Amino acid sequence: MSSQIRSRANSKPQGSQQDPDGRKKPEDMTPQTHQKSRLDSLTAHRKPTWTWMAAAAGSAILSLLITLVAFESFSVIGFGVIAGVLFVGSMYVVSRVLEDRLKATDELWRHLVWTSFIVALIPLISVIWSVVSQGLPTLISNPGLLTADMAGVAGADDIATQNEGASLQGGILHGLVGTIMITLMASVISIPVGLFASIYLTEYGNRNAFSRGIRFFVDVMTGIPSIVAGLFAFAGMTLIVELTIGSSPQALQSVKTGFTAAIALSVLMIPVVVRSTEEMLQVVADELREASYALGVRKWRTIMKVVLPTAMSGIASGVTLAIARVAGETAPILVTAGYVAMTNWNPFSEWMTALPVFIYRQLINPTAPAAGDPSTARAWAGALVLIVIVMGLNLAARAIAKYFAPKTGK
Amino acid sequence: MAKRIQTVDLDCYYGDFLAVSDINIDIEPRSVTAFIGPSGCGKTTFLRTLNRMHEVTPGARAEGKILLDDEDINAPNVDPVRVRSTVGMVFQRPNPFPTMSIRENVLAGYQLNGIRLSRSEADNVLERSLTGANLWGEVKDRLDRPGGGLSGGQQQRLCIARTIAIEPDVILMDEPASALDPISTLAIEDLIHELKKDYTVVIVTHNMQQAARVADKTAFFNLQAIGEPGKLIEYDDTTTIFNNPANQQTEDYISGRFG
Amino acid sequence: MTSTSPRTKNTARTTSAVGDKVFFGLSWTGGAIILVVLAFVAAFLLIRSLPAIMPETFGPGADEAIDFWSYVWPLMAGTVIVSVIALLLATPIAIGISLFISHYAPRRFANPIGYLIDLLAAIPSVVYGAWGMLVLAPAMVPIYHWLHNNLGFIPLFAGDPNVTNTGRTLMTSGVVLAVMVLPIITALCREIFLQTPHLQQEAALGLGATRWEMIKMTVFPFARAGVISSIMLALGRALGETMAVTMVLSAGGFSWSLVTSGANATIPSEIALNFPEAFGQRQAELIAAGLMLFVITLVVNVIARAIVNSHAKKAEGLS
Repeated sequence: MSSQIRSRANSKPQGSQQDPDGRKKPEDMTPQTHQKSRLDSLTAHRKPTWTWMAAAAGSAILSLLITLVAFESFSVIGFGVIAGVLFVGSMYVVSRVLEDRLKATDELWRHLVWTSFIVALIPLISVIWSVVSQGLPTLISNPGLLTADMAGVAGADDIATQNEGASLQGGILHGLVGTIMITLMASVISIPVGLFASIYLTEYGNRNAFSRGIRFFVDVMTGIPSIVAGLFAFAGMTLIVELTIGSSPQALQSVKTGFTAAIALSVLMIPVVVRSTEEMLQVVADELREASYALGVRKWRTIMKVVLPTAMSGIASGVTLAIARVAGETAPILVTAGYVAMTNWNPFSEWMTALPVFIYRQLINPTAPAAGDPSTARAWAGALVLIVIVMGLNLAARAIAKYFAPKTGK
Repeated sequence: MAKRIQTVDLDCYYGDFLAVSDINIDIEPRSVTAFIGPSGCGKTTFLRTLNRMHEVTPGARAEGKILLDDEDINAPNVDPVRVRSTVGMVFQRPNPFPTMSIRENVLAGYQLNGIRLSRSEADNVLERSLTGANLWGEVKDRLDRPGGGLSGGQQQRLCIARTIAIEPDVILMDEPASALDPISTLAIEDLIHELKKDYTVVIVTHNMQQAARVADKTAFFNLQAIGEPGKLIEYDDTTTIFNNPANQQTEDYISGRFG
Repeated sequence: MTSTSPRTKNTARTTSAVGDKVFFGLSWTGGAIILVVLAFVAAFLLIRSLPAIMPETFGPGADEAIDFWSYVWPLMAGTVIVSVIALLLATPIAIGISLFISHYAPRRFANPIGYLIDLLAAIPSVVYGAWGMLVLAPAMVPIYHWLHNNLGFIPLFAGDPNVTNTGRTLMTSGVVLAVMVLPIITALCREIFLQTPHLQQEAALGLGATRWEMIKMTVFPFARAGVISSIMLALGRALGETMAVTMVLSAGGFSWSLVTSGANATIPSEIALNFPEAFGQRQAELIAAGLMLFVITLVVNVIARAIVNSHAKKAEGLS
């Protein structure tokens, strides 16, 4: 098969000589022959349907050979890249030879578009597969991970696990609690601010300077890097602590709390809530507002009882997506909440660990530096739980948008 | 309950643009008054000033007096929200609240204002309003279904039921049948005849036959040119307007020479 | 009227006007908080980074402090390089997927595929980091060796090959970032491609254009501004992305080589790695680096928004 492809590739010069006859010089032809060739071209210049299979098989084999010869060790990525390039290239050449330039170009781009889709699927599948295949077995064999924290787990325990097969110690409970508390606090801050701001924008602002300013800065806020949000919350709380408590080391220690992390997440969450809510409020027909005003209902009651309920499913869906977004954030929590091994339910005092930070720490600084496997296992299990939480929120958002939309009875 | 409406030197603005100028009109209680005229002549704008809905549009305002039985509802210290509960309005397109059932839609004027009715009071209002809107028979078995599930004509009558549920003194209708089919239109016109027993009804319509069928008095509005304010040209008994108009513009309009 | 009326006076019907004022106040406050927060972000970062930027006046004095600019420029360079790699990889693929969804995929599959790509956006960055560090980096090692052996004369692929045995290089970070920004570009481009006027597309096909020619003639000119701004937004995201780079990259000083470990660093990864243990002057340096990052992303995002807005105005003018 591969030799067939090569022979096609070799015949290229010959093919491009034929090309002008078929297409490039129609003006030289007499009308009759022109007509004839056009009729022919409806069916004649089509390559056989099995061409792509031949090309695919040829490219695969050739790529396998190249990868084995050129690379010191076999690389799946390298194999895929070379095979893809060979396939798309050979199909172009075949098409160019058997059909014409325009068809070949069209086909080339069609293949590239399909390729880009497949290329994008690879990391998606790889990420999800890695997390599930590494995290699920750990979770199934150690369900205690969900109910234990890392308090009292020392490097010796992990060395025992790795070398002597002792059961996996510790767990992700403190991370779960931290994520829930921090996300909850952030939602408590962001949702009212975001809702009221978007109500101002749609119901009161009428594009005045103030509302245009808010819109612009909401756009700016959407672009704030998450780590900068963390630094902001930290810097802000440090200033407040210095002004109220003092700048002793103990006082500065108290800057890092779950609440500081929640402020950081709010900076990221508010713009998301504002934009999605504003979009939903704008969709509510003005006729409904007018109907309510005409019944002698005050503006604020109209907003609360007519506008918000009508847009509620969209708003709830947007808010859920915003929660999902910040629940997976790592960097801002890393610089604002510290890192502890114990479960801490109080976001206003002491350090707090969030699940993403726990995953990061377990991978970067394993509990037992000499025996990293147990830490890696805990990290993958935590990643699985985190993905389940975030994906669950995303699906919930879609379900809310779909099933709680206002019923028209139709 | 029905009240007389008088306007004195009323001007309506959108920002700096004078849309309707110098309207003096005297609308009888317990009658149907129709506003006719070409598009853009300001009849809807004028209608919306009568329950101060005009000013809901950003930048819009009205100057002059609007007397509701001698009480000026356009005075600066008057709360527009209270005016709207006295002067009800029905819109061009039926707009029942999509999140509410038929029952909740009728009671919306109370519910949205946070007024609690006892079960029997609510049932009374419900039946009286739906009967008043000629809709009771059609919906009495499905009061808990969404209001959006009704046909267009039924939705519009539901909106009328919602308006009469709060017992206004005046009902304003802005082309209430223009989005409806002929049969639904007939039902609405029959209803307007019923309503004038208890209410002052003012209706804007593009349909001159409709004005002739339902109205006791008719007001013809016109504007001299695009960008000029709309004015009240002639106001008289409907039969006079359609058979023997005093003004040449009115005659041109009703005989179909423009508009 | 009927006598069953539940009320006797008109005035009983409406509530007091105080509620309106309170509610307006709340909404206004919500809007104002956003402006205040943003002002605070800028102000706090500036105040906290002054000791690092101007050590003579605010810090420990010029002799004790390092020169901030010579500290931050390699970080800025690393940040920009890794983002550019990510965009170079992600942009063609994202445009391809968008075209696939809008013009090539069977109708039935177009929406589910859209969801699938959106799923990529929902995966937390720390998971991408873990994947990049433990799965992608080892898989890239043979490629780096090959690049180094065969194209080592190009500075980008130069360096000591023995360091790359982990694969934790700037290039790998760029690939992970590319995967992360892919859904951002795709979501925006897809929307714009779908908005291309159908009449134009059919006219092009009617003239005998192949599908690709039709896309080149109608879709791309229509979508150009939108595609550019989506790339800018993705650039903003890539510049600020922290965890993926922090976990994947084995950081070090600036180097032109993309395929060696222990070289290069980005501002976010520098902060994430060092901030938890930092205090005093070191903290000020890191916050100052964060301020630089803030300024860079701000500029990129403002440009992107400006393109979107001018395009929206043009579209409004046309219709």
